[in-house]
Amino acid sequence: MNFILELVVSVFLLVGGIFILVGSIGLMRLPDFFMRLHAPTKATTLGMGGLLIASMILFTLREPGHISVHELLITLFLFITAPVSAHMMAKTALHQKLKMISRTRGQALVEPASQQMAPSGETVESGKS
Amino acid sequence: MLAKPRFRWLPMPYHSILLLVTWLLLNNTLAPGHLVLGTILALGIPLLTSGLSHPQPALHKPVKTARYALMVLGDIVTANVEVARQVMGPLDQLHPALIAMPLDIEGDLPITLLASTVSLTPGTVSSEVSQCRKFLYIHALSMTDEAELIATIKERYEKPLMEIFSC
Amino acid sequence: MLSLTVILVSIMVVIALILNLWRLFAGPDLADRLLALDTMYINSIALIILLGIWLGSTLYFEAALLIAMLGFVSTAALCKYLLRGDIIE
Repeated sequence: MNFILELVVSVFLLVGGIFILVGSIGLMRLPDFFMRLHAPTKATTLGMGGLLIASMILFTLREPGHISVHELLITLFLFITAPVSAHMMAKTALHQKLKMISRTRGQALVEPASQQMAPSGETVESGKS
Repeated sequence: MLAKPRFRWLPMPYHSILLLVTWLLLNNTLAPGHLVLGTILALGIPLLTSGLSHPQPALHKPVKTARYALMVLGDIVTANVEVARQVMGPLDQLHPALIAMPLDIEGDLPITLLASTVSLTPGTVSSEVSQCRKFLYIHALSMTDEAELIATIKERYEKPLMEIFSC
Repeated sequence: MLSLTVILVSIMVVIALILNLWRLFAGPDLADRLLALDTMYINSIALIILLGIWLGSTLYFEAALLIAMLGFVSTAALCKYLLRGDIIE
């Protein structure tokens, strides 16, 4: 029983750690800001979810009769705030007109997007700029 | 369909439940003392703050909402494996794109939920909403076909949200 | 086995923190640095949770929750500052 508990907790911890690491590697490796934004917002948040679930399982099952679910609060909080802060940072980057790498499609949309306007006409496919 | 305060002494029922659950989670207990204290807080705080809140579309279908939340959770896990593969793989095979998605849903809360869902799932981050609330600008990490991506988001996330808020 | 895993995962998180630090110093724009800071506070929550597991104590939960809340608020405030040049309108 104890061995299985440790095994399950270890698997969750490892998965969480790997996702956190992948998030930071993405942050270091990807070429422009908008692409960098993808790695930490998704991978790191899921990694935290894994770690907190591991902590929850461990502290609940370690001693019988003691239930530990308050890690759920941090998990929920992170899952609610991660997209909000990602949205705000993307907004900031659009406002500051940060460069995207040249093969990004739809760069014509940066101008209307940074002023919160509707795209003029249909979505323009102008890849090379 | 705006939620009208149905009872004078319980202006925001969902918020009250949320406050009680949060209080119990914070203290990590189900002791009767904390139940009473949490109930008092859950009844008192909405009374003080209900004047500040904007009316939001009411939630009519709790079962559908729960199913939507589970589906999004599943999608987050699969999307992350995909993103992890893309991040660790060769970078010149990524085709980033900025697209504008026309929105069919209305209201601030549904749009916020849709934008959050889009941010947490497959390779897309919502980056801006147009002032007229008709377009959502999305940055995709790797996009093969614009029409297909928009159709996927509309079919998978926007339609259930429209059903949940019945707008 | 568990203590070994905790050490291994802590090393992974520390490597992640160092990569974030690199981006914080190298990041060409302010927004990059902001993103690095945002990732760093989430990673430090991970370290605190791991410390709690290592010491077998749930006392560190409040610290983790506080960092999560303050981190989100500071990210939002810095974003507003970069957007408008003003935090409180």
